[in-house]
Amino acid sequence: MLKTFRIGGVHPEDNKLTRSCRTGTAGLPKQAVFPLSQHIGAPAVPCVKRGDSVKVGTLIAAAGGFVSANIHSSVSGKVSKIDSVLDASGYRKPAIFVDVEGDEWEETIDRSDTVVKGCNLSPEEIISKVKDAGVVGMGGACFPTHVKLSPPKDANIECLIVNGVECEPFLTADHRLMLEHPDEILVGVSIIMKALGLERGCVGIEANKMDAVELLREKAREYNGIEIVPLRMKYPQGGEKQLIDAVMGRQVPAPPAIPANVGAIVQNVGTVFAIYEAVQKNMPLIQRNVTVTGKSVKNPCNLLVRTGTPISQLIEAAGGMPEDTGKLISGGPMMGRPLLSADVPVVKGTSGVLMIPRQEAVRAEERPCIRCAKCVSACPMGLEPYLMATLGEQGDWERAEKEDIMICIECGCCQSSCPSRRPLLDWVRLTKTTVGGIIRSRNAKK
Amino acid sequence: MENKLILSTSPHLHNGDTVERNMYNVILALIPALIASFLFFGVGSLVVTLASVVSCVFFEWSITKYLLKRDRSTISDGSAVLTGLLLAFNLPSNLPLYIIVIGSLVAIGVGKMTFGGLGNNPFNPALVGRVFLLVSFPAKMTTWPVTGQLTAYADAVTGATPLALIKQGAIDQLPPLGQMFLGNTGGCIGEVSVLALLIGFAWLLHKKVITWHIPVSIMVTVFVLAGVMWLINPETYANPLYHLCSGGVMLGAIFMATDYVTSPMTGKGQIIYGICIGLLVMVIRLFGSYPEGMSFAILIMNSVVPLLDNWCKPKRFGEVGK
Repeated sequence: MLKTFRIGGVHPEDNKLTRSCRTGTAGLPKQAVFPLSQHIGAPAVPCVKRGDSVKVGTLIAAAGGFVSANIHSSVSGKVSKIDSVLDASGYRKPAIFVDVEGDEWEETIDRSDTVVKGCNLSPEEIISKVKDAGVVGMGGACFPTHVKLSPPKDANIECLIVNGVECEPFLTADHRLMLEHPDEILVGVSIIMKALGLERGCVGIEANKMDAVELLREKAREYNGIEIVPLRMKYPQGGEKQLIDAVMGRQVPAPPAIPANVGAIVQNVGTVFAIYEAVQKNMPLIQRNVTVTGKSVKNPCNLLVRTGTPISQLIEAAGGMPEDTGKLISGGPMMGRPLLSADVPVVKGTSGVLMIPRQEAVRAEERPCIRCAKCVSACPMGLEPYLMATLGEQGDWERAEKEDIMICIECGCCQSSCPSRRPLLDWVRLTKTTVGGIIRSRNAKK
Repeated sequence: MENKLILSTSPHLHNGDTVERNMYNVILALIPALIASFLFFGVGSLVVTLASVVSCVFFEWSITKYLLKRDRSTISDGSAVLTGLLLAFNLPSNLPLYIIVIGSLVAIGVGKMTFGGLGNNPFNPALVGRVFLLVSFPAKMTTWPVTGQLTAYADAVTGATPLALIKQGAIDQLPPLGQMFLGNTGGCIGEVSVLALLIGFAWLLHKKVITWHIPVSIMVTVFVLAGVMWLINPETYANPLYHLCSGGVMLGAIFMATDYVTSPMTGKGQIIYGICIGLLVMVIRLFGSYPEGMSFAILIMNSVVPLLDNWCKPKRFGEVGK
C-alpha cells in the first residue's frame, strides 16, 4: 500500500496530456519584463537604469531585505524602462523592461551539459550562492529559498523532503524535469542536505509518475541517504503539510508552527534543480520549465522558458490559443490564477499555462446547501467548509476564527466537490482575509 | 477575444457532481425495493407510489410558484420525487388515495417548503408526512395487506405483521427468517424486502452518495440491544435478526436516516446519531405502546442534529497523532 496523507483529499482527473513531451524551448522574446515582486517578501530594488546594457545573468534588481530575492536578467540587451506591468495577480506592479539584443551570457555561468557532482563548499557558502542566484520556491509560493535554508537555530531537522508530487492536474513540468535531469536533482538534494547537515532526504513522487520513481531510484543508489518515496495519488499531496504527513506520518501544527517543528524541510524539485544550477554552475534563476496545455490546445507542450517572456509567446509555441478558450490560467486548474490577458510575463513561480474551454470555465448556477457533507470529507485540513462559507456570509468573524479558518490552505477541494456548486472557497478567502486582518491589528495593539 | 476571458478564482475544475445526480442515484437505489413491493403487494403498491410521487411533485411545484412566488421551479432536482417515493414506501399498499394526498401535502408543505425548501428543513419531510398520517388515521395506517394479492388495492385482505407478532410475544408464529429477508411478509410497501434494500445500500455506497456511518451504526445498535434482550429471555424477546429484518429498520437506516439535509455532517456525529436512533427504536419497540418506532426515532434525532454538528468537529490537521 502506497503512502498518502491522512485527512480528506480528492481525486481530480489527472489529464497529464504532456507527460511524454520532451521539454522544448520557447525562443527568445523581443522584450522581457521582470516584475520586482516575484517572491514572498519585500520587492527587489532595481540596480540598473534606463539605457543600461545587460547580459544573460546580470543582476538587475537586488533583494530588498532578508525575506526577498535577487532578480537577474534572462536576456541580453538594453533596459528600456522601469514601469508597471500587469502580472498574474491582476494588479499593475513595478517591473524592469529589457529590449532583447542577441544572446550574450555572463562569463561566470557554466552553460555546458556536464553534470558537476562534487561540491566542496561549506554550508554558509552554499546558502550564500543560493541567495545570490535569487532562488525561490518554485512550487508556486515563491518563498525565498535562502530563508528556508536558514532555519531557527533550535530547530531539530531530521529530513529533507523533496516535492516531486505535482498533484495539480495537467501540469508535467516537474515530471519532465525529473526524467530529463535526474542526476542534477540528486546532486541538488545532496547539496541541500549538506547545507543543512542532514543525513536523510526523501523525494516524494505520486504514482502516476512511476517512470520517474524508477529512474531516480536507480540513480539514487550512488548517493547516500536519498530515498525515493512513491505516493498514492491524491490531491493536494503537493501541499507542504500534506506531503510531510504522507512521507513522515507527522502533522505540522497550526501556524506559527513551521515544518521544522516536526523535523522536516520541504523543497520542490524545480527548486532543487535551481539550487544545483546556482551552486554547481553559477547559474542564477533565469529560466524554468513551464507546461503549456489544455484540452483544446493544438500542441500541448513542456517548455524551458526564460523568465520575463510574455505568456502569449508560450501559447504561440503550443499552436495558439484555441477558439473555444474561456479561461486562461497561470498554474494548475486547482490553485492557479486566472489571467486578464496573455501579455503577463513568465515569472519564477509560473509552473504552467492552462487554457480551459468556455463550457468548462463557466460556473454552474449556485444552489442551496443540501448538507451532503462532501466538503467536510474532502477538506485535507479537517475543516468544515460549509460552515466557513455560512459564517463568511453572515460576517461572524469571531466564530470563524474559533473554527480554525486560518489553517485553510485554499486548495479548493471543497468547492470542486460541492454538488450545489456553492462558491465555498470564495467565501473562505474573504473570511480568512478579514479574520487575518483582525488578528494582525489585535497583535499590533498588544 | 482577449477581453472575453472569464475571471473567476480557483478552483477552476469541478468533479461534475450535482444535486440531481445524488437525488436520482437514491431514487435508482430504491427501484429494487419498488420491484419487490410489486411482487409481494401487486397493483396496490404501484397505485400508492404513483399517487404519492405525483402529489408531492405537484405540491412542491404549486407552492414554489403560487405561495413562494419563485421563478425557478425546483421539481427537476429530484428531491420532491424522492420524498414522494419515501413517503409511499412507509405506507400500507391499500391506503385510500385521499389519505396519500393529505400525507404528501403535509410532507412537502409543512415538512419542507415552510422552511424554505430543499436544504433548510430540520425534519425529514417524508417522515413528517408519515407520522402525521399515523396519528391522524391510526386504524388505516396500521392494517397491512398480506402478501400475494397481486390485483387487489383497497379491497386487499389484511393480516398481522411480524412486528405485531413480536409485540404480542407470539414469537412462535413468526414467518421463517428467509421469507422475512426476501420480504414475503406484511408491512409498508418499501420496507419489507431486506434484500432489495441492501442492494440499494450497495449502490449508494458504490456511487459514494452516502457513507456507511449512519446505516451501520443503526443496524449494529439494533442487533446488539435486541441480542441482549434475546439472550436474557429468548421466549418473550425475538431473535435480533428478526428485529433487523422486520419493520422499517432497514428502510429507515439506509434511506431515511441518511437524508443529507437532516443528518449530521461529520463521521463522529453520524455514528452518535445512528447509535441513538438504534437505541430509541429498540426502546419504543420493546417498552413503548407502538410496535414500531423507526419514524419517531429518526424524527427525534433530527432535532438533535444541530447540536451534534456543534459538538462533533472533525479532527483538524495538526491535532491528529503527531
